[in-house]
Amino acid sequence: MRTLSAENITGAVKKLVMEANTDLGADVVKAFEKGLKEEVSTAGKAVFESLLANQKIAREEQVPMCQDTGYAVFFAELGQDCHITDGLLQDAIDEGVRQGYKEGYLRKSICDPFTRENTKDNTPSIVLVDMVEGDRLKITAAPKGGGSENMSRLTMLTPAAGKQGIIDFVVKRCEEAGPNPCPPVIVGVGIGGSAEKCMTIAKKALLRPIGEKNPDPELADLEAEIIEKVNNLGIGPQGMGGRVFAMAVHIEKYPCHIASLPVAVNICCHASRHKEVVL
Amino acid sequence: MPDTIRLETPLTDEIVKNLKAGDKVSFYGTLYTARDTAHKRLVEAMDRKDPLPFDLEGQVIYYVGPSPAKPGKVIGSAGPTTSYRMDPYAERLMEQGAKGMIGKGKRSQEVVEAMKKYKCVYFAAVGGAAALIAESIKAVEIIAYEDLGPEAIRKLEVENFQAIVINDVNGNDLYEMGKEQYRVAT
Ligand code: SF4
Repeated sequence: MRTLSAENITGAVKKLVMEANTDLGADVVKAFEKGLKEEVSTAGKAVFESLLANQKIAREEQVPMCQDTGYAVFFAELGQDCHITDGLLQDAIDEGVRQGYKEGYLRKSICDPFTRENTKDNTPSIVLVDMVEGDRLKITAAPKGGGSENMSRLTMLTPAAGKQGIIDFVVKRCEEAGPNPCPPVIVGVGIGGSAEKCMTIAKKALLRPIGEKNPDPELADLEAEIIEKVNNLGIGPQGMGGRVFAMAVHIEKYPCHIASLPVAVNICCHASRHKEVVL
Repeated sequence: MPDTIRLETPLTDEIVKNLKAGDKVSFYGTLYTARDTAHKRLVEAMDRKDPLPFDLEGQVIYYVGPSPAKPGKVIGSAGPTTSYRMDPYAERLMEQGAKGMIGKGKRSQEVVEAMKKYKCVYFAAVGGAAALIAESIKAVEIIAYEDLGPEAIRKLEVENFQAIVINDVNGNDLYEMGKEQYRVAT
């Protein structure tokens, strides 16, 4: 049994949230460059140019690329042989968020749902833990803005709806979202599981490097079919008309109940932030 | 690409009436920030007939909750937030003379109708280009609701703050026009 101190986790999380908000991943930058080439509308091209300039300023000046530095969401893979000492995992991560959001001059965006009173330190964080083999702890920080998260939807289709039902639901959701989630976006789709599992895998799909296909050829084909349909809507970057609304569609699936066909859409804006660390 | 139209705030009916959906504009002068809770408070103040923290006549409201300023900077990152959340309040601000709103995303039919009635224009800035947009903000002063943190009302002095007209006073909508132009039938 290996031990890992809570303090260690806090330090790592603090660094992760700061980095995630200032240094956009290379895959996203590459997707902007590709989008700039592929987009046909002048207004759409100008959006990609702004986004390329924006991420450069954020990186160089170490300021957040977007003012909405998000709900601090973490995916943790905890090895069964790793024992955390001196505190709880949730508390250790929350403390890292508290410190990182303060020192990184990140916005505190979490409040009480009724009074709307801000918690002032961006906690609590959301920690989704999977127990895995080994004695390590892998943490992926995936801060998510409210604008794109608000466009999420879950539906429980009937099995009879089949693949066509899934495609129709996802395309309709993207059309309704339109300019709101700050396109160009990545569309995360979860198929199957229970209601909560379905949304979780939709969000997890967003962690995949942009444009990397699902290894399952059937899902890869579905991703290709949906992205074509979604981009054919003409919404374009920022919804001002064009060919690149989505830079990618990422699908994950999971076995579901014989009575159901859950489908979840979790759209991520172009500020697609995730950074990981293995402790 | 049409030339960028220079807009100095406050705006007048004359200026606003000539703007068309799709026009590129660049703001110079004062913008006031307000988002969800600030709007709620402004409208509550109107209901109570209390004085407002600033005169809305001719003003442009920017829907933003900036991140904290780093030492040496006037503001943190400051891109637009999604506008539909302000739809329930927008007409009340127009009644008081507001001439422009800057945000991102679609507005409700009621807001579009109110914009025609009160001669007000809705602009979008590039959502998420927040570090870039912050460079056009030269001075910041919190003027009301400081307890709201990022949601406090701030008076911004801007230079070359770029935006695009989404809804003009004639009911045109760039989002609809753009989609129509680039949609591919399948
Ligand atoms: S949707 Fe994303 S890019 Fe747009 S404002 Fe929110 S966090 Fe920023």
